Amino acid sequence: MPMLTPDGLAGLIFIFLAVVTLAGAFIAATALRLPRAVAGLALGFCGLAGIFYFLNSPFVALMELLIYVGAVCVAIVFAIMLADPGVEKARTARSTAIPAALSLPVGALFAWGLIILARNTMWPAPAAKLNPGDTVDIGHSLLTTYSMVFELISIVLLMAIIGALVLARKGRD
Amino acid sequence: MNASTEVYRLIAFLVGLIAFAALNAAYLVWLERKVCGHIQRRIGPKEVGPYGLLQPIADGIKLMTKQVMLPPQVDPVLFRIAPALVLIPAVMSFVVIPFSENLVAREINVGLLMVFAFASVNVLGLLVGGWGSANKYAVISAARCVSQNVAYEIPMLITVITMVMITGTMNLNEIVMQQPDITRWYVFRFTASPLAPVAFIIFFICSLAETNRAPFDLGEAESELIAGFHTEYSGMGFGLFFMGEYANIVIGTSLATILFLGGWQSPVPFIPGGWWWFLAKVYFLIFCVMWIRWTYPRTTLWGLLNLSWKILIPISLLNLLLTGGMLKLMPLAGGAG
Repeated sequence: MPMLTPDGLAGLIFIFLAVVTLAGAFIAATALRLPRAVAGLALGFCGLAGIFYFLNSPFVALMELLIYVGAVCVAIVFAIMLADPGVEKARTARSTAIPAALSLPVGALFAWGLIILARNTMWPAPAAKLNPGDTVDIGHSLLTTYSMVFELISIVLLMAIIGALVLARKGRD
Repeated sequence: MNASTEVYRLIAFLVGLIAFAALNAAYLVWLERKVCGHIQRRIGPKEVGPYGLLQPIADGIKLMTKQVMLPPQVDPVLFRIAPALVLIPAVMSFVVIPFSENLVAREINVGLLMVFAFASVNVLGLLVGGWGSANKYAVISAARCVSQNVAYEIPMLITVITMVMITGTMNLNEIVMQQPDITRWYVFRFTASPLAPVAFIIFFICSLAETNRAPFDLGEAESELIAGFHTEYSGMGFGLFFMGEYANIVIGTSLATILFLGGWQSPVPFIPGGWWWFLAKVYFLIFCVMWIRWTYPRTTLWGLLNLSWKILIPISLLNLLLTGGMLKLMPLAGGAG
């Protein structure tokens, strides 16, 4: 049985994770009820975390879970929590035939462009020794190579916090 | 070790851990009722078996034979997956907990992070359950649970970051290895952080709040919200929420044991360390959790959030700064910091 070799099993696991991710994304995009859409999003994030783990980066996988499932999804749910849970998204009265017909070629064009880009880019050579999720290396690169990006992101977060405070103040007095 | 024995070992561990989570929940309920009974000068369960020891089994049979009701208004998919979403992350977190030096399902370098990553999914389960129930009490309870969990995750993570700065690793077994006797438990490591016991207390309070235990059980305040997010659940649906809650208590106290109380290491040199020490410390902390639950009345939501934002977060930030300064001035001899 070729399925039961380590490579075969790894392939099966990868396909399973990819299907989970895509299914989650599909639910998130098509669900009529907001709670289900968020649950689909969380499922997609879990699948993505699984793919990161599969690619031997447990640190990124766990961060994906901690931040995207544990924080982003919870924040989204919290934000729309006060909406009536039973309400379904109103079906639009517009005809969907033209957008559907247009979306296929546009999507195909986009996919084709991405594939061309992915195939022709000079990707950096994969690291010789796969990093076993070592936080020391990640810390070093965050504070040396990527320190600029790191600081910029923290400025964005600071602005978000100040913005939230300003908005909250306004309601109070 | 070749690949196939590793797979069998993992499967055996997973089955064992699920059995542990279930049995543990059953007997913690018994313990809870006994502790609560004695604290309130009652006896607690005593009819089924000696000292009521068979009570959890009777309860289990009762829960499993009950019909799982699906009220007409609920979202059938979300309503059904919510209990599993609460229990599965808790069981997953057990995978990295070292019960003794070798008794750990999978030792990974970022074990501490893994526990917190899965713990954060737990909230989503409560939210989905509360919302899927289409019950206003359940929705209010879920909203309370989230604000509480978000508020207490911050001081908890700051405290954990402080501990990681001291230990220099997120591998739970290595953290335990650094605390071979009681003087080197991190709760007493004043050379690393003068506020070490305070850090332990902050961590303990936060884990109480994260698991929605009294006095922080605003999510299921019976007098106001019936039973909170699990109002609509019957039979084993409710049973899974309960198992998840007790599994999360064990995870929280295990982490407190590992980070501050030396894990499976023996506190004294003449008794060897092992899983018995780990379980003894964990169950002692669980007893404290129950003791607190039956001693203090429920706080208000206002008081709860104020405690976190105005007291715990500033103190934990101060602790972080102090620890960073101490580590810079006098690097630890024992730890990797």
